[in-house]
Amino acid sequence: MPVKDYLRLRFFPHLWCAGCGHGTIMASLIQAIEELNLLKNNVVIVSGIGCSSRLPGYLDFHTLHSLHGRALAFATGIKMARPELTVIVPMGDGDASAIGGNHLIHAARRNIDLTAVVLNNSIYGMTGGQNSPTTPLEARSTTTPQGNIDPAFDLVELAKGAGASFVARSTAYHAAELKQMLMKGISHRGFSFVEAVSGCPTYYGRRNKLGSGVDLMRMFKDRTVPMGSEKKKNDPSLIERGIFVEKTRPSYTDQYRYVTQGDCKDS
Amino acid sequence: MSGTLRFIQGNEAVVEGALYAGLGFYAGYPITPSTEITELLAERLPKRGGTFIQMEDEIASMCSIIGASLTGKKVMTATSGPGFSLMQEAIGYAVMAEVPCVVVNVQRSGPSTGLPTAVAQGDVMQARWGTHGDHAIIALTASNLQDVFKLTIEAFNMAETYRTPVILLLDEVVGHMREKVIIPNEGEFVVQRLITSVPEGTDYHPYLAREDGRLPMSDFGGVHRYNVTGLVHDMWGFPSNDPTVAYNLLRHLVDKIEKRSHEIARYQEHRIEDADILIVSYGSSARSALHMIEKGRDSGIRIGLLELNTIWPFPYEVVRRAAERTEIVLVVEMNMGQVYQEVRRAVKTDRVYLVNRFDGVFISHNDIEKTLNVVMGRGV
Repeated sequence: MPVKDYLRLRFFPHLWCAGCGHGTIMASLIQAIEELNLLKNNVVIVSGIGCSSRLPGYLDFHTLHSLHGRALAFATGIKMARPELTVIVPMGDGDASAIGGNHLIHAARRNIDLTAVVLNNSIYGMTGGQNSPTTPLEARSTTTPQGNIDPAFDLVELAKGAGASFVARSTAYHAAELKQMLMKGISHRGFSFVEAVSGCPTYYGRRNKLGSGVDLMRMFKDRTVPMGSEKKKNDPSLIERGIFVEKTRPSYTDQYRYVTQGDCKDS
Repeated sequence: MSGTLRFIQGNEAVVEGALYAGLGFYAGYPITPSTEITELLAERLPKRGGTFIQMEDEIASMCSIIGASLTGKKVMTATSGPGFSLMQEAIGYAVMAEVPCVVVNVQRSGPSTGLPTAVAQGDVMQARWGTHGDHAIIALTASNLQDVFKLTIEAFNMAETYRTPVILLLDEVVGHMREKVIIPNEGEFVVQRLITSVPEGTDYHPYLAREDGRLPMSDFGGVHRYNVTGLVHDMWGFPSNDPTVAYNLLRHLVDKIEKRSHEIARYQEHRIEDADILIVSYGSSARSALHMIEKGRDSGIRIGLLELNTIWPFPYEVVRRAAERTEIVLVVEMNMGQVYQEVRRAVKTDRVYLVNRFDGVFISHNDIEKTLNVVMGRGV
């Protein structure tokens, strides 16, 4: 099916700004679902609040636009109630790692079979460009007019530390690579965490004099490297892309059978 | 009523009621004095093929039951004061997105951590207005364990009928006391979810109410794919900034409950036919009020009790009628007058008196008798 067959065209035009990276990430997600041959009726998309969280409304699946930071908690209820459904959870960086940080680490700890996709543009875009937990040091935002003094989260390290069994990162520029990672993440049995680096020219780019959406895309191309690359050894400021964790660990919905059928010590 | 006779705790009566009503998904977080509900369901719900999960906090508990409800399960969470505060945002979500769910609040003394093991009824107004924005809500309560069992089932029934969160507003005394309860054999009092008859391939409008105001549901994972949001939304469930859409939605959310308050009102009258003095009470306070009625009648005082099982929407008409022939109304509750103010709004007489405690000690018939003596001109 063409990408448009997965869209609710009734609800277009979308609200994303010109140059926003979220659209290409949504396209990568649609292509991943398409190539996995998932049935529309078996896919649930759950989001929180923010620019990225408007994504589910545009998609022709079962879609839940929930509360700021709480998408993984809503998704946990859906997955536990109907384990056979594929549940994908797009979130923003503030959504996932500030207000929703607690739910993120506990979903990773449980290894519940959800795919979290963090569209990380390092800013609160919907509210007009405030500092988020992934805003780099010294960056300008409306709440860091003197430059940011809060150290940023490395979301990949956060997910790894919390126990996610699949952890990957790519960018809006690397659309084909991101699609592959999303396919692997969705197919992975357990908690999958995919960081999709996105650009916000309207607030982050403009305030930090980084140029247009095209310039941000160029930055993703030039300032990121595949995991383990030689370039990274020479320039540690480059950001690695790739699949950082892919391991087999019992998923929460699989483990739940011990709760319904007996005792986990019998396993 | 035929069934099994049990001697159980109030929190266990909630569990029995929920299982009887067909509970399919429960999420909780430990908090006194409601923890037994979570503990008992951890053991019993999985054995019935249901799902139990202990979440990382009360916010997550509330959010996860909303998610599970959308897949077609009957859902519940239970908590107490501080946890109830944490749930408020998501309760508003369930109001806005019209997702059936039951929230049990076994009240303890507050504000804040308060007296965690002591009784209070201080969350009456929080149940009504705890989440932000104009909205309607259903809150039920009970004073004895047979009623706790029954009202728990009613809470599920009303949640499904009106597509709304229902608050079961118990208190520490009712939650922890033990009493006999008859658990009936059959599920005859149980309302099932109204599912849409729109066939696959035909447009289903999740937020288009029928003529009777009800909105048939379709499960996530089923044949109809639709959007659910906490934003103001149109009949498709898609966000809208249209003032007409916003007006109609808020009107619908409030009217579907407030205009049916006569259907939702549950109450019990004890000897009010010839009463000169009316007591209005609810929850465990109503036990002491009932004790006072018996004692007062023995000494020739014509006194009656209106026990409220529905707190919200407040049954103004029921209270007004019950107080029609009485000069004196006493409101007995364990807070600083939360239902008292509603009773004053409902009745004509100015002689409405509050009998209360808020020090964590269970209110007794002696507390009521002291006030009664004063208002009857008998001195202290």
